[in-house]
Amino acid sequence: MKRSYREALRGALRAALAGDPRVFMMGEDIGRYGGTYAVTKGLLDEFGAERIRDTPLSELGFVGAGIGAALGGMRPIVEIMTVNFSLLALDQIVNTAALYHHMSGGQFSVPLVIRVATGAGRQVAAQHSHSFENWYAHIPGIKVLAPATVEDARGMLAAALADPDPVVMFEHVQLYNLEDECPDLVEVDIVSAKVRRPGSQLSLITYGGSLPKTLVAAERLATLGIDAEVIDLRVLRPLDAPTVLASVRKCRRAVVIDECWRSGSLAAEIVALIVENAFYDLDAPPARVCSEEVPIPYAKHLEDAVLPQPEKIVDAALSLFGEPPP
Amino acid sequence: MITAPPSGPVPFDDALARGLLADMLRVRRLEEKAAELYGAGKIRGFLHLYIGEEAVAAGAMRALSAEDNVVATYREHGHALLRGMAMRSIMAEMFGKVEGCSRGHGGSMHLFDARIRLFGGNAIVGGGLPLAVGLALAERMQDSPRVTACFFGEGAIAEGAFHEAMNLAGLWRLPVLFCCENNLYAMGTALSRSEAQTDLCLKAASYGVSTLRADGQDVVAVHQTTRAALERLRNEGVPVFVEYQTYRYRAHSMFDPELYRDKSEVEAWKSRGPLHTYSARLKAEGRLSEAEFLALDSQVGDEVEDAVAYAESGTWESFDDLMRAVHTASPAA
Ligand SMILES: Cc1ncc(C[n+]2csc(CCOP(=O)(O)OP(=O)(O)O)c2C)c(N)n1
Repeated sequence: MKRSYREALRGALRAALAGDPRVFMMGEDIGRYGGTYAVTKGLLDEFGAERIRDTPLSELGFVGAGIGAALGGMRPIVEIMTVNFSLLALDQIVNTAALYHHMSGGQFSVPLVIRVATGAGRQVAAQHSHSFENWYAHIPGIKVLAPATVEDARGMLAAALADPDPVVMFEHVQLYNLEDECPDLVEVDIVSAKVRRPGSQLSLITYGGSLPKTLVAAERLATLGIDAEVIDLRVLRPLDAPTVLASVRKCRRAVVIDECWRSGSLAAEIVALIVENAFYDLDAPPARVCSEEVPIPYAKHLEDAVLPQPEKIVDAALSLFGEPPP
Repeated sequence: MITAPPSGPVPFDDALARGLLADMLRVRRLEEKAAELYGAGKIRGFLHLYIGEEAVAAGAMRALSAEDNVVATYREHGHALLRGMAMRSIMAEMFGKVEGCSRGHGGSMHLFDARIRLFGGNAIVGGGLPLAVGLALAERMQDSPRVTACFFGEGAIAEGAFHEAMNLAGLWRLPVLFCCENNLYAMGTALSRSEAQTDLCLKAASYGVSTLRADGQDVVAVHQTTRAALERLRNEGVPVFVEYQTYRYRAHSMFDPELYRDKSEVEAWKSRGPLHTYSARLKAEGRLSEAEFLALDSQVGDEVEDAVAYAESGTWESFDDLMRAVHTASPAA
């Protein structure tokens, strides 16, 4: 059945709520408003205000409450409207959720799922367009997911809820309307990266909102005679290094595409991983396509210029083959 | 609570009385045009309209002096315009043109202008409050008489930033005018679904901040209350919190399907509309004729058209300048 990424997420939430009385949701405008990105639309009517719990504007407060509820035996799913506002909750996520298990000598676990909309591309300017997946992926104690396909949107939540530790799930705002075939029930893991397009001459490694752009670039490269493989990282912490390295060793060239700013980006981590482990398998230095190091501007032409785009990916790829491309 | 529409004589001289009308009308027509241009795809991203709330910015801005500081939210077209920003600059910013007040980097939510001491345009709910406290502290430490007016919605009161800012301002007795625009909804969340204690003045008072309340649909009450608040602030040396009770007639932003409130509620509030009730009062007193109102409206219409033409003919920032505003240029460079 064809469905949207948004519907797939909603289906996953509905199944989780129906299947486990410990599961409930908290967040700003998830109920009466219908969800900022309409993901939770209809769930209030179906499950009631106790379990689809609208919160005041208190990111620090309700994320903290989610941690407490998780410690107290519930399976909360907390929605932080966007990653931009997650900064107000960062203290609770970093200093409490991520550390509790360790600090308590393994006595306490925090089975909390945090869903966060992320990313740019909607002309909503600098304060509303951040990508901080790399910040979260830096922190031991949490798992970080980036569903980039309708199938993962449907399947990842259940795996996240089954995990005993805090899981942060990033949903790129440009993906909500993405449509694809997807069965009613999906089982996926939250440990592996996946090959989304097999290829033999170049590894394009990406995640989240950059996956569709990377697939477009791969098709364009095919017309230029370059057979690119596209790897979707899916899980940003812990990284599935073997899948990345296997692809790079096979293709011998790699471009990493990441909407975070280049300095200290997740792409930097991937490149380090490649250089540390597959240096002698490379025919060219790895390249990165990231966002330009400037706050995300409002004007469309500027925003487009700042973000990774298929053309930039193609150019970066061609540069690895020298001129002209084979 | 919906009470009777504002009425009664307008106790201001003609310049102020008409000025307030013109202020509200300019904001209204600017935003109606912005909504239209959003539909046409000229303006993109988030657009938060202030329609229905114009009396607050109009009445409050005319109580402030040109030297004072203003901090606003993402619903700030009215504040920027009435603080003195040219309509052209606002429109160009919404178009994303380099002629805009923020060079097209900010758009609707991030209108900044140092010359009029407008410190943005903050799109993080509650984000402006600690900043306002810091501005006021700086003024105090520099023996400046400036007041810092900080506008925010009632939704911000649930944020920690509000409480921390109020506490600091109260503790240090800083000259901050906290202007709470209580339009009853934070996106789709009604105040009563957000706060156990919905008496906002009571909350503010607990931080040692002086409080006042005004009918935010009544520009006369807004102006008088704001003047009284500033007097109190200057005489007693305490921060003042003013709750302006108002209502937003349009959707929260252009993405809001408005599932959370009844049309009838919106209609009831429209009967208390700040513009038509005020112009009716001036007319009843014989201080404004229909012809004069129409002349004013057409003058404002011309200003809006001029702003649109200016924005249309504006230029896109060159990619060569893309990195320019990331760091302050060193004087040597
Ligand atoms: C910290 C933070 N959380 C959430 C949001 C998303 N958001 C934008 S406006 C808004 C409602 C705020 O309501 P209120 O403060 O009453 O102001 P109003 O929009 O009614 O003028 C929300 C939840 C945000 N911008 N910042």
